[in-house]
Amino acid sequence: METTSPLERIFRFVALSLVVLFFMFPIVWIFLMSFQTNETILTIPPTIVFSPTLSNYAALITGKLTTSAGTLDIAFMRNLMNSVFLSVTSVALSLVLGVPAAYAFARHKFRGSEDIAFTLLSFRFAPPLLVLLPLTQYFQWLGLSDTYVGLIWVYQLICLPLILWIVRGYFEDISADVEYAYRIAGHSWFATFRKIALPLAGPGIAAAGLLAFIFAWNNFVFALVLASADKQPVTVGALAFVTSSGIQYGQIAAAIVLSVTPTLALALYAQRYLVEGLSLGAVKG
Amino acid sequence: MSDTALLIKNVDKFYGPIDHGVHAVRNISMDIRKGEIIALLGSSGCGKTSTLRMVAGFEAVSRGTISLKGREVHTLPPVRRNVAMAFEGYSLYPPLTVKENIAFALKSSRLSQSVVEEKVAYIARLLEIEDILHRYPSSISGGQQQRASLGRALIRDADLHLLDEPMGQLEPQLRAVLRGRIKHYIKERGLTAILVTHDQTEANALADRIAVMEGGELQQYDTPQKIKERPANLFTGTFVGEPPMNVFEAEISGDDDRMVFALNGDVRLEYRTADFQPDVRKALLQRRRVVVGIRPYSVRRVANGVPARVAVNQWLGDQTHIAADFAGGTMVLVEHDRADLALGETIGIRLDPDSLHVFDAASGAAVSHGRELA
Repeated sequence: METTSPLERIFRFVALSLVVLFFMFPIVWIFLMSFQTNETILTIPPTIVFSPTLSNYAALITGKLTTSAGTLDIAFMRNLMNSVFLSVTSVALSLVLGVPAAYAFARHKFRGSEDIAFTLLSFRFAPPLLVLLPLTQYFQWLGLSDTYVGLIWVYQLICLPLILWIVRGYFEDISADVEYAYRIAGHSWFATFRKIALPLAGPGIAAAGLLAFIFAWNNFVFALVLASADKQPVTVGALAFVTSSGIQYGQIAAAIVLSVTPTLALALYAQRYLVEGLSLGAVKG
Repeated sequence: MSDTALLIKNVDKFYGPIDHGVHAVRNISMDIRKGEIIALLGSSGCGKTSTLRMVAGFEAVSRGTISLKGREVHTLPPVRRNVAMAFEGYSLYPPLTVKENIAFALKSSRLSQSVVEEKVAYIARLLEIEDILHRYPSSISGGQQQRASLGRALIRDADLHLLDEPMGQLEPQLRAVLRGRIKHYIKERGLTAILVTHDQTEANALADRIAVMEGGELQQYDTPQKIKERPANLFTGTFVGEPPMNVFEAEISGDDDRMVFALNGDVRLEYRTADFQPDVRKALLQRRRVVVGIRPYSVRRVANGVPARVAVNQWLGDQTHIAADFAGGTMVLVEHDRADLALGETIGIRLDPDSLHVFDAASGAAVSHGRELA
C-alpha cells in the first residue's frame, strides 16, 4: 500500500463514497419515509426535516390502517410470518433434497445425469408467468392451490436449481481422493458424505442457502396467483396499501423496512461465510 | 499359494462402455507374496494408477478378478477390503492437523489413546514431520503434506499398503533417506506394499519385484536385477536403465565361422560364430531383421574398434557421458573417469557379444541376452 499517493487515496475515498451513496440512497430514503406521515412525504419540494412518527409501524403491527376514508384491516404481520414460514421451509426442503442430489451429480456420472441436472436448471429459464397458468390448473385439480404445501412445492422451482447447481460446484471442487482416503480408512460412503463432504462444502452450502432464501423471500408472482390473503407473503401483501383513498406511502415504507430486515440481518450475519464461500474454492491442495 | 497376498487375474479396465471405452488396463495378471514390496513402474498414462485404484476399490474392475488373502475383493467397497493408501495428491483432511490426520487412520481400529499417540510419534519421527504435527495441511509445504499422507497410510495395519507416487515431492536427499527407512519399516512389520512410481531409482531401491507397464499392458514382472539384465522386450530394455539402452536396427547374416550384424546398413559388427551358442545362433539367423540393444556402460572404447564421432562429452561429477555418431544414430557411453575427448574426434567402439541384447524387429520381444536365449 506504500505506492498510493495522498491524491489517489482522496480520489478513492470520493469514488467509494459516491458508490455507497448511490446504492444506499433508496434504502435510506425509505427508512426516513417510514417515520413520516403521507402528508409530509407528499410535500413538494421534499424535505428531510420532519417530526418523526411511529404511526406507520403502529398501524402495521396492530393491523389497523386508518385512512381518510376509514379504518382498514391489513394482515401485514401475518404476511410477514407467511414470508418467514414459506422461505424457511422452502429453503430447508431444498437443502434436504438438493444437497444430496448435488453430491450425486458431482460424484457419480450416471446415464443421463447431465440431462437431469440441466433439466433442473432449465426451471429457471422459463418466465414464471408462462408456467403459472397450467400450474394454476393443475393445482386446482390436485387441491393444492392456496395451501402452504402447494406454495412450498412451487418455491422449489426457485430454490432447488439454485442450491443444486451452486452446491454441486463445491462438491466438485473437493478432491475425490480426500473422500477416498476416508473411505479406505474403513468408513462407509454415507459417513464420508456426512463427515468429509458436507463440512468441506459447508461455506458453499451456506451461501447457496442464503441466496435461495433471498430469492424465495422476494418472490411475488407465484404467491400472488396461487395463494389467497391469509397465506400470502409480504411481497404480495404490500398490495393492500394501495387503498381506495390513495397509496399509503408511509406504511409501504415501514412495511419495506420490516420485510427487508430479516434478509438483511441474515445476510449481514452470513456475510463472511458468503464471501468465503463464493470466492474461495472449497478445498486448497 | 498360501503366502500369496494379492492376486490380480486377467484384469481389464475400460473407461466408458466395456470393449468400446478407453482401454486403460489390458488383461493384467500378477501375484504379490505376503511381505513383498512391488513397484508398478511406467510413464504417465500407462495404467499403473488405474491398476492401483482398482485394487483399492475406487475404480470398478471391468473384467477379471482381484483377490486379497484368498478372498475376492473386486466387488467389495473400499471399506471392506482392508487396504491402506497414500495418495499422489496427499488428500489430507483440511480441517484436521497433521497429527489428527495421521491418527485418524487408526480411528476405526479402536486402539487406546496412548497407543495411538505412541504410533503417531513413531511414524512422525520416521518421516521427520515431528515439528509440524500441530500444523494444518494448508500451512505446510507439498513435501510435508506428502509425508503426512504417507504416514497416514503406513500407520495402519492393513493387509495391503498402496503407495501412489509417495515421494515425488521430496527433496533428493530426504528421499534417499526415507526410502531406506520406509523399506525397513515395511520389511520389519512384514507388510505387503504396492508402490506406483515413474522413478526407476525409487523402484529399484524399494521394490523386491518391479512390474513394468506400458500402454495398459504388463511388459515384465520380475526382480530389478532381472529386468535390467534380461529385459523381456524392447520397451522394458529402453525404459529401464539410465541413460537408456542404445538401440540400432540390424540385419543378421552368418556362416560357419562368422556372425555379422549390419547396423543400419553401414556399420558391420563381426563376431566369431563360437561366441554364440548354437540355439542362439539359430534363433538369430531365423529372424534376420532384429533390433540390437546395448547398455551405455557396456560399450567399450578400444583403439581398433568401429569408428564413431564424438558429439557430446559431459562430465557429470561422478561419471562421463559420451554421445557419439554411430551407424546413422547415436551411441551413448558411460565411463567412470573424465574422458579427454574433443568434439568431432574419432573413437573406436567395441560391443562385446556378452552385452548385446537382441530383440525381434517386428514384435519387440527379446531374442537373446548376451550368449543366452531370452
